[in-house]
Amino acid sequence: MATATTEIKVTPEIAAEHGLTAEEYARVKQILGREPNITELGIFSVMWSEHCSYKSSKVHLKRLPTRGKLVVQGPGENAGVVDIGDGLVAAFKIESHNHPSYVEPFQGATTGVGGILRDIFTMGARPVAVLDSLRFGPIIAGKGVSEQEAAKNRRILDGVIRGIANYGNCFGVPTVGGEVGFEPCYSQNPLVNALALGIAKKEDLFFAKARGTGNPVIYVGAKTGRDGIHGASLLASAEFTEESKQKRPNVQVGDPFMEKLLLEACLEAMQTGAVVAIQDMGAAGLTCSTTEMASRGGTGIEIDLAKVPQRESGMTPYEIMLSESQERMLLVAEKGREREVLDVFKKWGLDAVVVGEVTDGGLLRVKDRGKLAAEIPAHPLAEEGPVYRRPIAQPPLRKETAADWFSFSAEGTDLALNFAALLGSPAIASKRWITEQYDTSVRTNTLAGPGASDAAVIRIKDPETGVVKRALALATDGNSRWCQLNPRVGAMHAVAEAARNVAASGARPMAATNCLNFGSPEKAEVMWQFSEVIDGLTVACNELGTPITGGNVSFYNETLGKSIYPTPVIGVLGILEDASRVLKIAFREEGDAIVLLDGAAWALGAQQAAPLLGTEREFSSSEYSKTIAGIVAGEPPAIDLAAEKRLQECLVSLAANGAVRSAHDVSDGGIAVTLAESCFASLVGAQHAAPQLGADVKLEETSPAEYALFGESGARALVSVAATSLARVLETARQYEVAAYQIGQVIRGDAFRIEYKGRVVIESSVSKLHDTWAHSLERGLKAR
Amino acid sequence: MKFGVVVFPGSNCDHDAFYAISNILKKPVEFIWHQSQDLANCDAIILPGGFAHGDYLRTGAIARFSPVMKAVEKFAKSGGMVLGICNGFQILLEAGLLPGAMMRNSGLRYICRHVLIRVEQTDTPFTNAALQGQVLKIPIAHNDGNYNADEATLADLEKNRQILFRYTTPDGANDAVGNPNGSLHNIAGICNRERNVAGLMPHPERAVESALDSADGLVIFKSLVESLVTAAKATA
Repeated sequence: MATATTEIKVTPEIAAEHGLTAEEYARVKQILGREPNITELGIFSVMWSEHCSYKSSKVHLKRLPTRGKLVVQGPGENAGVVDIGDGLVAAFKIESHNHPSYVEPFQGATTGVGGILRDIFTMGARPVAVLDSLRFGPIIAGKGVSEQEAAKNRRILDGVIRGIANYGNCFGVPTVGGEVGFEPCYSQNPLVNALALGIAKKEDLFFAKARGTGNPVIYVGAKTGRDGIHGASLLASAEFTEESKQKRPNVQVGDPFMEKLLLEACLEAMQTGAVVAIQDMGAAGLTCSTTEMASRGGTGIEIDLAKVPQRESGMTPYEIMLSESQERMLLVAEKGREREVLDVFKKWGLDAVVVGEVTDGGLLRVKDRGKLAAEIPAHPLAEEGPVYRRPIAQPPLRKETAADWFSFSAEGTDLALNFAALLGSPAIASKRWITEQYDTSVRTNTLAGPGASDAAVIRIKDPETGVVKRALALATDGNSRWCQLNPRVGAMHAVAEAARNVAASGARPMAATNCLNFGSPEKAEVMWQFSEVIDGLTVACNELGTPITGGNVSFYNETLGKSIYPTPVIGVLGILEDASRVLKIAFREEGDAIVLLDGAAWALGAQQAAPLLGTEREFSSSEYSKTIAGIVAGEPPAIDLAAEKRLQECLVSLAANGAVRSAHDVSDGGIAVTLAESCFASLVGAQHAAPQLGADVKLEETSPAEYALFGESGARALVSVAATSLARVLETARQYEVAAYQIGQVIRGDAFRIEYKGRVVIESSVSKLHDTWAHSLERGLKAR
Repeated sequence: MKFGVVVFPGSNCDHDAFYAISNILKKPVEFIWHQSQDLANCDAIILPGGFAHGDYLRTGAIARFSPVMKAVEKFAKSGGMVLGICNGFQILLEAGLLPGAMMRNSGLRYICRHVLIRVEQTDTPFTNAALQGQVLKIPIAHNDGNYNADEATLADLEKNRQILFRYTTPDGANDAVGNPNGSLHNIAGICNRERNVAGLMPHPERAVESALDSADGLVIFKSLVESLVTAAKATA
């Protein structure tokens, strides 16, 4: 198919090979009023692919809240944009590159990062940070995981990490955060979701709307080759089979150096004032950029393919229109001023060629050496594609009994041993081996890099004066195990935790972006999961004041008929009014009080909140249950969004007043892991001879010890507080209706001690626990 | 006094060096495009970090042929102060303005983290504000920082006291343990025999504010400023 020429006669069979159904093909003929030629068929097939058209998700996505006081641009452009004050805006978006990363991990991840960076600078914003949310299959052999499978997963992980590092490091954007998760369902279908953030002056924003009949259409950047043809339609919009390795030629190849030049040249060209509109060539390349720019602007576009810079000879119109070669842009300039634009690209050594012009009449017209190769009305092509209300069916309710759930250990069980195992599990162990391969500090804005704070924190330099006032915080989250057990509640947790992470860095959550990774939409149960997740996101984003400004949907994440867990990944952006007030997780001073803030327990007065579902059932979905007992069952913890909101507002207020010395939200692995991580972070500082700090904590709870130590119910955070500020912190918590308990104190030295109902349940040394936590991932990944 | 920061296609720490000089040191600074034939009357030149020309072939191998390098060479030969940071250091090696070569890190992976380096010599324009033996906390971010040279060159470097910085541990005692990349003699930075051209792998421009975890890199920039002030007085 990739070598198809214009001479091929289109038949219903060929249309089917292109992934078009009989109805879709009939619609094509109706829009054209005739049979399409092969180039036109190719164009329709990519524009109407699941990946580009959102045909299965559109009806659901409409329910998401997308408006807000600070939202400058919601979904529909290259990225979402929010107002961050003083005439500046932040552009941000998350996108998946899952299938390419399985077929070819290095290039798949590389081009995923490249694509999202282009989306940001296409809007006129300079990228300032990248985060990656990654999911892999198990990397250590064990129950149900063969060594062969684990080794394959390690290779995929290594390729993906190297790919992300290669692109971001060379491009010059810091990769500052994200998360890495492991579940068996990702063995055949890893997830690579990349989020990029950029900053621009509000008046300098650019949009992808072609305007002005006769204005020249300019192609810039890398030459067009035969790579990535049908990347969007056949690779991203179909499930994997045994033959998928043959799709390697569908994966694109990235060149971060070229993209760096493209960034600088585009931003400089935009400054000339001669650029009218600009759009990157990502999925579906030249087809998508021409069609969408024309459709959004209500115009037509005519291009001549003979003028398109080409890397190979003998390419057909079909191939040129469908190529997904990377690092290319299409822009519309003001007629008569094209020289100014072309000169900038020449300075940076990039191809820049006038390939056509904006027309009226709304037609996408593609010529090849004067001969008409395709002629399609742009608006129907972009906007009137198929929309499906796919069947939805809730899978039969899981019939679980107490026997399926985690049963709490008897008193006297060695919890210290289990605790160490938990700290060494890939999900909880330090990701430093990975993040050290990323440049985290280039651009000198990183106030909190990976692991330093619950969110990545980037300061905002005024583009003209360099003066710093505010900072932006970003966090991604998505617990797919919880989404599998209860998609709606799991999705709410994803928003709540990402927002809580942002608040725990001291920033006020302001907007969100989402990447929705699911199985095949042709399965009713998958569509049920999708619909439930959308409902969960809608409720949570409304309640927490974080409208969704963009993102993407990735369906068909399944191999040989087996779907991944539903995996919505949520990125939340927040703003810190004072960049010097960043909260980090590290304990800082001996003698500081350790205070547990619990938004949900407020109504209970002095009592700590008891789980609503029954401790066993809820605990069975925890990281501890999975790691220690191998049990994944029950339900995610019940969620109280009002409590989350109160806790988050409380954290933001404490940060603004400088009342606490550290903050760390309670999540995977519960209070015990949270405490340990705050101790470890003080150790990292100790590389430069800072004191080592430990913790001495007493828990008084009615729930079982394991629940008290490792339970993961939401709306909680640990803060450390100087004795002189304690009264003030408790008063602030009261104002925000958040329960606050002093559970212990930071101590000098190496001791880590947790007492439960008067009995010491964990007594260890910080350095010993740290060794397990810090090196497990690296040891696990080392080739054996 | 005016600093110049050279911009190659692919430089990506040019803005950071510029910011450190203009906003932290508050000294005049301008960018110099790699096609430029002259150095715009700058008194000190910085070759910044990044991936000049994509670092294709070898790090710095193409950048040394950028037109501006002729002017940099002339400037250096006449005693002008030139500091290469990371990729800038690699370019100075390729241009032959400093001896030796860079190899891939011994772990074969890119590394970005804070390292500790010890100031070995203080009689250079890059270190005269520092104390002998002072340990600085400065981030590295590179793929190819494994400094290599033949025995004779290394002996020369040692004899002529051209090694300005060595990787080390917090107490300044165990250099091999602090060495992140396999660099010979634990070298983090060197200067030429005339002591007016220096290169180092760590990024001092990323360590000029305590908000960014360390301000230890300031001492290198302050040394340069003091040297320029002294030089200006001498010619006045």
